[in-house]
Amino acid sequence: MPVFNQSRSNIIRLIFGAMFLIIFAQLFNLQIFSSKYKKLAQENALFPKRIYPNRGIIFDRNQKAILNNAILYDLMVTPSQVKNIDTAYFCQIMGIDTAEFRDRILDAKFKNGPFRPTIFEDLLEPDLYAKLEENIWRFSGFNLQERPVRVYPFNAAAHIMGYVGEVDSGVMKRSSGYQLGDYVGRNGLEQYYEKQLMGQRGIEFWLKDNKNRLVGHYENKIYDTAAVAGKNLRTYIDVTLQQFAEKLLANKVGAIVAIEPKTGGIIAMASSPDFDPNSLTGPDKQKNYGMLNLNVTSPLFNRAIKGQYPAGSTYKPLGALIALDEGVITPASGYDCHGVYLACSHPVKCDEKFAGHAATLRLAIAHSCNSFFCNTFRQTIDNPQFHSVRKGLMKWKEYVNAFGLGHRIGVDLPSEDGGNIPDTTSYDKDYNHSWNSCTMVTMGIGQDKMLITPVQMANAMCIVANKGYFYVPHFVKSIDGETETDTVLNKYKTKHEVLTHIPDDVYETVISGMQDVTEIGTARAVRIPGINMCAKTGTAENYLVVEHRRTKLKNNAMFVCFAPRENPKIAIAVVVQNAGYGAAWAAPIGSLIAEKYLNDTLRPESVKKAELIAGTDLMPKYFVRLQFLQDSTNASKRALQTHDSTRLMKYITPSSRAALLDTLRKAIAPPSSKNPMIKPKEIIKPKVDSTK
Amino acid sequence: MNQRNAGITKGIDWPLVWIWAILCCIGVTCIFAATYRDTDNILQGFISLKTDYSRELLYFMMGGIVGVFILLTDSKFFMATANLGYAFGIFLMLLVFVFHSRVKGTESIIRIGNLFQLQPAEMCTIFVNLALAKYLSRIETDFYKTKSQLIAVSIALIPAMLSILQKETGLALVYFSFFLVMFREGLAPQVLVVGFSFAVLVVATLLLDPNLLALILTGIAAIAIYFLRRQVKRNRGVLVLIVGIWFVCVGIQRFVVPFIFDHVFKAYQVKRIYDAIGKDYVPKNEAAALEIEQKSAGKKKDNNYNVKQSKIAIGSGSVIGKGLLKGTQTHYEFVPEQSTDFIFCTIGEGFGFVGSVIFLSIYLLLLLRIIFIAERQRSTFSRCYAYGVASVYFFHIAVNVCMTIGLAPVVGIPLPFMSYGGTSLLTFTIMLFILIRLDADRQMVLR
Repeated sequence: MPVFNQSRSNIIRLIFGAMFLIIFAQLFNLQIFSSKYKKLAQENALFPKRIYPNRGIIFDRNQKAILNNAILYDLMVTPSQVKNIDTAYFCQIMGIDTAEFRDRILDAKFKNGPFRPTIFEDLLEPDLYAKLEENIWRFSGFNLQERPVRVYPFNAAAHIMGYVGEVDSGVMKRSSGYQLGDYVGRNGLEQYYEKQLMGQRGIEFWLKDNKNRLVGHYENKIYDTAAVAGKNLRTYIDVTLQQFAEKLLANKVGAIVAIEPKTGGIIAMASSPDFDPNSLTGPDKQKNYGMLNLNVTSPLFNRAIKGQYPAGSTYKPLGALIALDEGVITPASGYDCHGVYLACSHPVKCDEKFAGHAATLRLAIAHSCNSFFCNTFRQTIDNPQFHSVRKGLMKWKEYVNAFGLGHRIGVDLPSEDGGNIPDTTSYDKDYNHSWNSCTMVTMGIGQDKMLITPVQMANAMCIVANKGYFYVPHFVKSIDGETETDTVLNKYKTKHEVLTHIPDDVYETVISGMQDVTEIGTARAVRIPGINMCAKTGTAENYLVVEHRRTKLKNNAMFVCFAPRENPKIAIAVVVQNAGYGAAWAAPIGSLIAEKYLNDTLRPESVKKAELIAGTDLMPKYFVRLQFLQDSTNASKRALQTHDSTRLMKYITPSSRAALLDTLRKAIAPPSSKNPMIKPKEIIKPKVDSTK
Repeated sequence: MNQRNAGITKGIDWPLVWIWAILCCIGVTCIFAATYRDTDNILQGFISLKTDYSRELLYFMMGGIVGVFILLTDSKFFMATANLGYAFGIFLMLLVFVFHSRVKGTESIIRIGNLFQLQPAEMCTIFVNLALAKYLSRIETDFYKTKSQLIAVSIALIPAMLSILQKETGLALVYFSFFLVMFREGLAPQVLVVGFSFAVLVVATLLLDPNLLALILTGIAAIAIYFLRRQVKRNRGVLVLIVGIWFVCVGIQRFVVPFIFDHVFKAYQVKRIYDAIGKDYVPKNEAAALEIEQKSAGKKKDNNYNVKQSKIAIGSGSVIGKGLLKGTQTHYEFVPEQSTDFIFCTIGEGFGFVGSVIFLSIYLLLLLRIIFIAERQRSTFSRCYAYGVASVYFFHIAVNVCMTIGLAPVVGIPLPFMSYGGTSLLTFTIMLFILIRLDADRQMVLR
């Protein structure tokens, strides 16, 4: 029997052997041939945890932190570890009921799974944090996690500081080293000095298990790198002056720029309407940002560097300097003005009528004579030595550009605008090559195609005050721990001697004229006793296309000045949009800023004046119309998309339409009464959504 | 030779005992590596009986004691009680339908107390093996008769049917391994070849494009005709046969398999089969998708995930592995079921290709040793039993290892002596020690 079929035992052996060979082959394939499994295993089990350093802090000139980091705490929960806790006591501390507690735990499980920590409540209030900190050992599964937040203790300088937000694909494409979810400076100094403020990220390698829980350091931390904190910025900003400037601009549209002429350091830069910088840090930042974005008064828009305005009469001192240097006029030149300039086909009105108000250059500046400066401008570009108005215009443009107008000045904020100084091509285009000095005569009084930004105007004042040189206006004086490799500030340390070839006595003549403005001229009402302030008011005509019609709006009030004359410490430019006369609205603001900065305090009558100005609402009325237009357009778009016209109806029904316009008129004024000294912890109140 | 008082060590095949002990030790170590956490106290862990590895150690010792008892038993006892044992095994399996408790989706486990669980479907392999051996070794059995063959097949497949009813498809498949025994005892090889070909054809149908597969089949037929052209010339019947086989194959591939998948199997079953061969299954309609969703609601991760993680773990082991307790994949529970069905990952990751090959060689050594022992038996009963043991081990090892390296569908069957589980360890140990006992009396012809 045993011999029977014995050969088959070999076949069975063969089957066994073959099977094992197949297994060996597959093992060889998996373990030696393909390398992807090793990588996959690392991705599975290694978690490179990014360690974020603290961002740098921004200080003002008196070493006060304009912007700081605060550590707030989030209450985290790991649902699977929540066992046998005193729910009633916990709810009592948190101020919620047990039903909500259950809902939130369920919510957390749903969001992140039961094994990973999820936020139970973010940005705890300090007293709640204190209570929880004491009792956290009672509540297994709960822990407190630090969370750095930007806070603005002075609640000021929102436009200068910018804000931080999550990176978008654009940033990630431009600069390497960012991951989705990282924070990056958006706008303002936060963006411009991102590299310095950001610091250096560290990385820690952690081992994780199948439920993505971190279970320990990898290889005893030998591959880890430590995080390096961001560098602090020291700025020229005087935060009290900044607050004061913002307060003066409340309920107005406009901008203030104050620069230290000797260094180019910007002392204050306000743009109105503005926003509460703390509103873009807390949990509601998305909502707040959306609301700011939809406001037609554009509170997010920094008018100090992006607002382009006709220069108006504030250009006149520059025009005088150019004409004097070109030799087309002398300090003794005058113009017999009787309230209107009639040399060209269209008359140009002048606000002063009495005879002899433009008898000399000084008087013409002091009284802001339009006729005199129209004439001077024509003389400048019709300069016989060039034989051609085209060459004359280009030479003039060269001068104006040297004053820093018509191109970006290079301030250390992102997305600055350049204004406009026209050249021959734009007139060739508009007038088909047939134009002369009369065509653009109003450019002599800062109108026509001339557009400037407030920061350019303030900088031009610095050049006048410095008699020919300037430093590029900038905020940051120094960066803590600055090394040789930090070249970012080098461009602000260079002295630009653009117009030093103009003799000092020429400057003195014009400066005397400007001083006369505050002594006997248009701004004599805002004289500061004991300080020789050189200034120029401006009242600029401006137009806006509203509903396809070019509409003339109320004049922009402009004011530029520097003080004291002998040793200029501050140069200021003020624009109040659609406010009327420069002397009436812009000049007092400029003067108050100068007084506050130079004297540290205000006289009692100035305090009163400041309160009066701060309380005046000069918001242009057309914004109401624009807001209505925008909102109703959005509503109609929405109605088309969703077939739900309930929102649109209130813009159509006459009664609700009238009511809406009325409330809009009241609401369009931006939040004005900012309490400047709110404690950061009070500002960022965690929003508890009780319906969750 | 056959002296009772010569002690139980007489005639024992020591290599087999050593292999058994080594495998059990490796098994306990691997379970330790898979379940040990850095914070655990090792000594306490081994003594406490609360950890998997300490229990496995206990089962190992229990296996040793049971082994000694088996060695003390008369070998005639196993033959005499084989039929009774078979009846008892079937009875136990039937008992499951009444007393089962649901563990991990199967209904094949009886709980005795809190600590001990019994899986009769697993234990029953011993009884089937003995019963089949006894039936085949009967003098009056003529295995060339179809009737005898059918009886033998039903002895093996009745427990398989019961297993399927208990939703333990994996263990049911184990009973098919007894075909190897029957093959050794004279079953026509065609049965194995046809069965195997059919399985290959079905899997190929799922894996390959229908037209490509049809082309391949045609190619095979053409090659067969070319090589058999002389026979074809002599006998037209061969040609008809080849064309007939080709026709049947294409028919199965084209119509039978799609029909079965669309109309006979439930959508979730189809998905599991697709998962096992590593293909994505797109439900043909919403109802099917919903059904899959419902069926997989209880399961946390699908088989596809298991196999992927297991392949990652083994693949990351590279040539020499990461070392015991250093494997990140097995240590941090990326591989599911890693102390039971996927225990081989621990070796693959920890000891790499070299370790895996050495480890599998021990198994191959075990199998070849058992066949060597089988062929030296004088009694058919012992030989049949030995082949049964080898077949059952082989099937477990091949399917389990292939499943962890992605060559076979995920069916939950344990790796002998390695996977955590008291029933399986004891079953394999008892099987082996009965063989050792029978082998000790190899000179005796059991009747």
